[in-house]
Amino acid sequence: MGFIWFWLVAVMLVAYVVLDGFDIGVGILHLFLARTESDRQITLRSIGPVWDGNEVWLLAGGGTLYFAFPLLYASAFSGFYLALMIVLWLLIGRGAAIELRMKINISVWKAFFDGVFFISSALLAVFYGAALANVIRGVPLNPDGYFFLPLWTDWRVGPYPGILDWYTVIGGVVALVALAEHGALYLALKTTKDLQERSRATARMLWVALFALTVISLPASVIARSDTLDNYRKYPLTFAVPLIVFLSLLGMIHFCRKGEDRKAFGCSCAYLSMMLVGAAVALYPRLLPATTGLQYDITIDRALSGPHTLHVGLIWWTFGILLALIYFVVVYRMFRGKVSLESGGYEH
Amino acid sequence: MDALLLHRLHFAFTVTFHYLFPQLTMGLALLIVVMKTIAIRHQDERYHQAARFWAKVLAINFLFGVVSGIPMEFQFGTNWSQFARTTGGVIGQPLAMEGVFSFFLESAFLGLFLFGEKRLSPWGHWASALLVFIGSWISGFFIIVTNAWMQHPVAYRVLPNGVYEVTSFWGLLNNPWALLQYAHNMSGSVITAAFVMSSLGAFYVLEKRFADHGRIFLRIGVIAGVIASIAQIFPTGDLSGRYMAKHQPAAVAAMEGLFDSRTGAPIVLIGQPDEVAKRIDNPLAVNDVLSFLIYGTTKAEVTGLDQFPREDWPEPMPLLFYAYHIMAGLGTYFLLVMVVAAFLLWKGKLYQTRSVLWPLLLSFPLPYIANTAGWMTAEIGRQPWVVYGLIRVPEGYSKYVSSGNALFTLMGFMGMYTMLSILFIVLIYRIIDAGPAMAAASEDQHASMTPA
Ligand code: HDD
Ligand code: HEM
Ligand code: HEM
Repeated sequence: MGFIWFWLVAVMLVAYVVLDGFDIGVGILHLFLARTESDRQITLRSIGPVWDGNEVWLLAGGGTLYFAFPLLYASAFSGFYLALMIVLWLLIGRGAAIELRMKINISVWKAFFDGVFFISSALLAVFYGAALANVIRGVPLNPDGYFFLPLWTDWRVGPYPGILDWYTVIGGVVALVALAEHGALYLALKTTKDLQERSRATARMLWVALFALTVISLPASVIARSDTLDNYRKYPLTFAVPLIVFLSLLGMIHFCRKGEDRKAFGCSCAYLSMMLVGAAVALYPRLLPATTGLQYDITIDRALSGPHTLHVGLIWWTFGILLALIYFVVVYRMFRGKVSLESGGYEH
Repeated sequence: MDALLLHRLHFAFTVTFHYLFPQLTMGLALLIVVMKTIAIRHQDERYHQAARFWAKVLAINFLFGVVSGIPMEFQFGTNWSQFARTTGGVIGQPLAMEGVFSFFLESAFLGLFLFGEKRLSPWGHWASALLVFIGSWISGFFIIVTNAWMQHPVAYRVLPNGVYEVTSFWGLLNNPWALLQYAHNMSGSVITAAFVMSSLGAFYVLEKRFADHGRIFLRIGVIAGVIASIAQIFPTGDLSGRYMAKHQPAAVAAMEGLFDSRTGAPIVLIGQPDEVAKRIDNPLAVNDVLSFLIYGTTKAEVTGLDQFPREDWPEPMPLLFYAYHIMAGLGTYFLLVMVVAAFLLWKGKLYQTRSVLWPLLLSFPLPYIANTAGWMTAEIGRQPWVVYGLIRVPEGYSKYVSSGNALFTLMGFMGMYTMLSILFIVLIYRIIDAGPAMAAASEDQHASMTPA
C-alpha cells in the first residue's frame, strides 16, 4: 500500500508540474516574447481555458497527500511555513492576474497585471524548485517528526540549513529555466508567425542554460546529500531515468530546430516528469529525510494512514481520476489547435 | 500574543473570507440553471440575456472563490499541523475527494459554460451550466462532511500510534450531522443568491434602467428566496438546533444564553451575556419557548451552562451568543421580507411597490452576515474541541510555528484580501453598470464594456 500511494501522489505532482508548468512558463516569458497587445492576448488565451484545471492537480495532489501521509502533510507544511504562505500568495496573485487582465480596457490596468503575472510565475518556479531541493537535501527533523525552517540562514548546507541555501537556490534556478523552456515550447506549439518564431528562438537559447544546469544539478545533489545515489546503485535499472532525462533534453533541441513543436514539447514533458521521478527514486522509501540523523527520517511506513482508509481510497481515487482524465480530454479537445484573436475562444 | 489565538484567528479570517464567495457561487449556479431552462423552454431571449449576465457575475465570483480557497486547502498543515497529523486519515479523505470529484469538474465545465455558448447546442450549453452547478454543490457537500466530522465524529477508530482512521467510508459520508448541516447550509447559499438577485432587480426597476431584466431578476429572486427562507428555518434550522441540543448541549446553552438548567426554559430574544456574573443583562425573554422548541413541550428541562465545567464552555461565549442571535434574527427578517414580496409578486404589484423594493435593494449584505454568523455559531460552538469530544483545540495547532510567524502571515492575508475585495467591487460594479441588455451571446466580451 505504501508503495502504491507513494507513486500515486508522485504521479499527481508530476501531472501538476507538467501541466501547470507550461502556464508558469508562459507567465515567465510573456513580457519578453509578447510585445504587442494582440500578442499578449494570444499568450493569455493559450492558457486561459486550462490553467485552473491544471492547478487543481496541486489541490487534489495536496489533498491526497494529506490523507495518505498525514504526518508528512502536517510536518512539511508547518515546517516550511513562511515559504508555503508566500507560495499561496503568489498563487492568488497569479490567478487574479490571468483572469482580471482582460476585464478592463485600461492600459495601466493591463500593464499592472502583466507585471503581477510575470513576477508571480517566476517566483513560483523558483520556490517549487527550491522546495524539491529541500526535500532531497533533508530538513532538521525533531524526534517528534516536526521541524521549523527559517527562510534563509548562511546559505550553507548543513544539519541546520535554511529553506534557501546554495543547493536549493540551484534547484530554484533549474526549475525557473526548465519551466521557462517548457512554456516557450508550449507557445511555439500554440501560436503562429512572429510569436512562434520568437518562442522557438527563446527555447533554443534557454536550452543551453537548461542543459548546463541539469548537468550541474546531479553532482550538486550528491554533495548536498551523499546517499542520493544509493537506490540507483541498488537497482541499476533505475539509471534509465537519468538516461531518459538526457535523451529528452537532446530531443527538445533537435525537434525545436526542425520546427516539430509537438515533439519538442513532448520531450519537455518527458524531461520534467523524469526529473521528478528521478528525485522520487532517490528518496524512496523516505518521504522527507532528516539532516539530524537517519532515525528521524519521515518514511512511508511512519507517515502512512490506516489500512482501511487506503483501501477505500484506492477505489474512489481511481474512479475520480478517470473522470478527471475524461474532462481533461474534453477540454483540451475543445480548445485544441493554434490560438488566434479571430478564432474566438477564451476571453472576457 | 498567544500563538493559539493567532492560529485560530488565522483560520477564521481566511475561511470566513473564502466563504463569502462560494455561498453566492453555489446559489447562483442553481438560479442560472433555472434561468437557462426557462429561456430554452420558452424561447425567451430575455432569459438568455439574464443567464449570460449572471454568468459574468459568476465568473468573477468563482475566481475569487478559487484564489481564496487554495490557501484553505493547505492551512490544516500550516496552522493546525497536530490536528492534521492525527486526523488526516479521516478528514483528508473528503478533502481529497473534493479536489478529485468536484474541483476538476467545476474548472473544466466552467470554461465550457462561459465561453462555449456558440460552440455548443442550446441544450449542450445548458448541460455545461448544470455540471457547474453540480460540481459546486458536490464541493459544498465534501467540505461539509469534513466539517461535520469535526462537529460530530463518526465511523472512526484510533490506531495504536494515535492516528485516526475511517472504519466505514459510507458511515463518514452519511454522517447525520453532515446531511443536516448540508441542507441548512445550501439553503443558506440559495438565500444569498436570491437576495443578491432580487436586490439588483429592485435596483434596475427603481432606477428604470434595464427594468425588463430587473423584473425577471425580481421574479426569480423572490420565488427562490421565499422557498429557501422557509427551508432555512423549518425544517433545517429547527432540526439543527435540536440535533445540537442532543450532541453539543454546552454549545446550545451558550448560544441561547442559558446559564442555569431549568424546566420551561425561556428564549432570550435580546440581551448581553455576562460570563462572570453568569446572567444576561437587559434580557428580553419569553418563558417556556426554548423548552418547547427543543423538546416539543414547555415542561422539558434544558441543560444550562452550570452543568459543564468552565473549561468545557465554548469560548468566547458572548460571541457565540451574538452570532447565533444574529443568524436567527436575520432568518426571521428574511422570511418576512420574502413572504411579503412573494405575495405582492403573486398579486402583480411588486414592481410598483417602492416600500418593498427598497428593503429588497438594501438587504443584499444581510445573507452574507447571516451565513457568516451561522458558521461562527457552528465553529465557536464546537470549542473547546477541534474534534468534538476527542481533541481539544490546544492539541491541534502547529506548536512550532510561533505567534510572530502566524501574525505576520495573518497580516499578509489581511492586506491581500483587502486589495482583492477592492478589485471585486470594481469589477462587479462595471458589470452592473453595463447591464444585462448588452449581453449578447458574444465571445468577444472584453472588446467593449461601455454602458448602453
Ligand atoms: C442565510 C443564512 C442563515 C440563516 C437565515 C439561518 N442560518 Fe443557521 N446556519 C447557517 C446559515 C443560516 C450556515 C452558514 O449555513 C450554518 C453554519 C454551519 C452550517 O452548516 O450552517 C448555520 C448553522 C446553524 C446551527 C449550527 C449547526 C452546527 O453547529 O452545525 C444552528 C443550530 C442553526 N444554524 C440554526 C438556525 C436557526 C434556528 C435559524 C432560524 C432562524 C437559522 N439557523 C437561520
Ligand atoms: C469545512 C469547512 C471548515 C472546516 C473544516 C473548518 C475548520 C476549522 C478549524 C480547524 C478551525 C480552528 C480550530 C478551532 O479554533 O477550533 C476553525 C476555526 C474557525 N472557523 Fe472553521 N472550518 C470550516 C468552515 C468554516 C467556515 C465556512 C467559516 C466561516 C465562514 C468558519 C469559521 C471559523 C471560525 C470563526 C473559527 C474560529 C473559531 C474560534 O476559534 O474562535 N469555518 N475552523
Ligand atoms: C476549510 C475549508 C475549505 C477549504 C479547504 C476549501 C478549499 C477550496 C479550494 C481549494 C477552492 C478552489 C477550487 C478550484 O481551484 O477550482 C474552493 C472553492 C470553492 N469552495 Fe471552498 N474550501 C473551504 C470551505 C468551503 C465551504 C465551507 C464551502 C461551502 C459549503 C466551500 C465551497 C466551495 C465552492 C462551491 C467552491 C467553488 C466555487 C467558488 O470558488 O466560488 N468551501 N474551496
